Amino acid sequence: MFALVDGNNFYVSCERVFNPLLEGHPVIVLSNNDGCVISRSQEAKQIGFKMAEPAFKRKELIEKHGVAVFSSNYTLYGDMSNRMMRTLEQFSPEVEVYSIDEAFLNLQGICTNLLDYGHNIRATILKNLGLPVGVGIAKTKTLAKIANKMAKKYSGVFVIDSERRLDWALRNTPIEDVWGIGRQYTKLLAKNGVKTAFDFSLLDSNWVKQHMSVVGLRTREELRGVSCMSIETVAKAKRNIATTRAFGKKLSNFTLISEAVSNYAVRCAEKLRKQNSIARFVTIFIHTDPFNPSEQYIYKSITVTMPEPSSSNTEIVKAALAGLEKIFIPNLRYKKAGVIVSDITTEQFVQGNLFESANREKIKQITAVTDKLNGIFGRDMVRLAAQGFSNDWKLKQEKLSPCYTTRWEELPKVKA
Amino acid sequence: MSNNVKLSLIKEWDLSGVNLTISGSVTAGFPSPANDYIEDELSLKALLVQNKDATFFFRVTGNSLVDANIHDGDILVVDKSLSPKKDSILICFINGEFTAKKVGKIGKDFYLIPANNEFKPIKIDEEANFKVWAVVTYVIHKV
Repeated sequence: MFALVDGNNFYVSCERVFNPLLEGHPVIVLSNNDGCVISRSQEAKQIGFKMAEPAFKRKELIEKHGVAVFSSNYTLYGDMSNRMMRTLEQFSPEVEVYSIDEAFLNLQGICTNLLDYGHNIRATILKNLGLPVGVGIAKTKTLAKIANKMAKKYSGVFVIDSERRLDWALRNTPIEDVWGIGRQYTKLLAKNGVKTAFDFSLLDSNWVKQHMSVVGLRTREELRGVSCMSIETVAKAKRNIATTRAFGKKLSNFTLISEAVSNYAVRCAEKLRKQNSIARFVTIFIHTDPFNPSEQYIYKSITVTMPEPSSSNTEIVKAALAGLEKIFIPNLRYKKAGVIVSDITTEQFVQGNLFESANREKIKQITAVTDKLNGIFGRDMVRLAAQGFSNDWKLKQEKLSPCYTTRWEELPKVKA
Repeated sequence: MSNNVKLSLIKEWDLSGVNLTISGSVTAGFPSPANDYIEDELSLKALLVQNKDATFFFRVTGNSLVDANIHDGDILVVDKSLSPKKDSILICFINGEFTAKKVGKIGKDFYLIPANNEFKPIKIDEEANFKVWAVVTYVIHKV
């Protein structure tokens, strides 16, 4: 059996732990740069906030209901997430961290009543961390996901442990809510009369394989209670890595934009080095404000191939800036830029280029020293000149809560 | 003849896919007699934190607990996983703020009980939205 444990409105819940007054009030958390709604309390959902909608469009609603608005505090959410994942380890030797607020647990060999076990998990996370979670338990990971959705509606824990419950759960799960069924497949399936997970589980396996590949077939099997996916405890190397952010304010100046892009490129390079990988392609994009009707919306992107796959700051910044120069149009007011590195391989598989310059070893050494210094003295203490020192492009985080759990100077206060 | 022995080490370590070859020489003399008695350095964290995932820190403001050795500006180590015992100092949430106090019964009612004669017990009203947040385990005080 597998369990899927998932934090309810996770970011909002993290804010509420240190600010219990928010209990019972509508709360929303905004994405980087205070752009879109990315987490909503139950109350905020009820008064009509939608996921991912731009916050400025709902100013009236925010004021009318006195909605508490927060910038995303990933330092806090990340710390609370780590605590939650480590706490889950006492309930299973195999915990797969699936996202910041979700984890799969392998419950094989757990002999006690699984409903009680689920409630125990839920009670422990609530007591030790103050975070409400839902627990779905079933024979396969895909079914555990469905059970988790049901849990949200029924007292926080739901176990699919009988044919009758399985049948009921499948009939009450719209096909688009099934893990692994994307928008395209939903359309295809709708055309063929498949509306629920139950309908899908009855499809002919050859038809599924033909139209949806083995991945679709695997989903069908999992819905029928045949486990095809095990717990993945080792994080897979990511297939592409991106750093994309909206600027604090709109920018036209090439130097400022290139500083921002250089910094995003360095972030990507750091993420690559952290997983001992190198990338061949550097994609860069910039665009203007898509929500401003008075300005033309312009989106430009380009992919630069590096002479050698790399993870060095210098080389990735060089590629990103070369790309930026190609796509940059002056006199536009840009809102957002991003750097994406792809075709990622592990470092040991590098094929040497015949004409590889001796510089390579030197660059590697410089990178190693830079990482070490920055590890000691703080991010970007030693940086490329291209990264600059201005703050004009930096994130707007006007409603950021304190980093209660990671900074001594921002501890929560208690009256005595 | 010298009683030092020269060792040459060539060792291959497999570090998660990265092949690292170390080669060098080590001079090995008599081992220090203290080697067998070396223990880990003392860790304040190990002393102050039992359940690290349920442990949080708070900064104190105010003087209602000075007789319990808790002073303005101190840092409290608190554990959310613990259940209150008699005489535990608790982090409570009441009337919209965090308060550190003991909680006790006087007559029929529950009170927040200070540890300073200049402060009076505060009755916990039903509508005060009272909640116990954690149990205080240590206080960090600058001398």
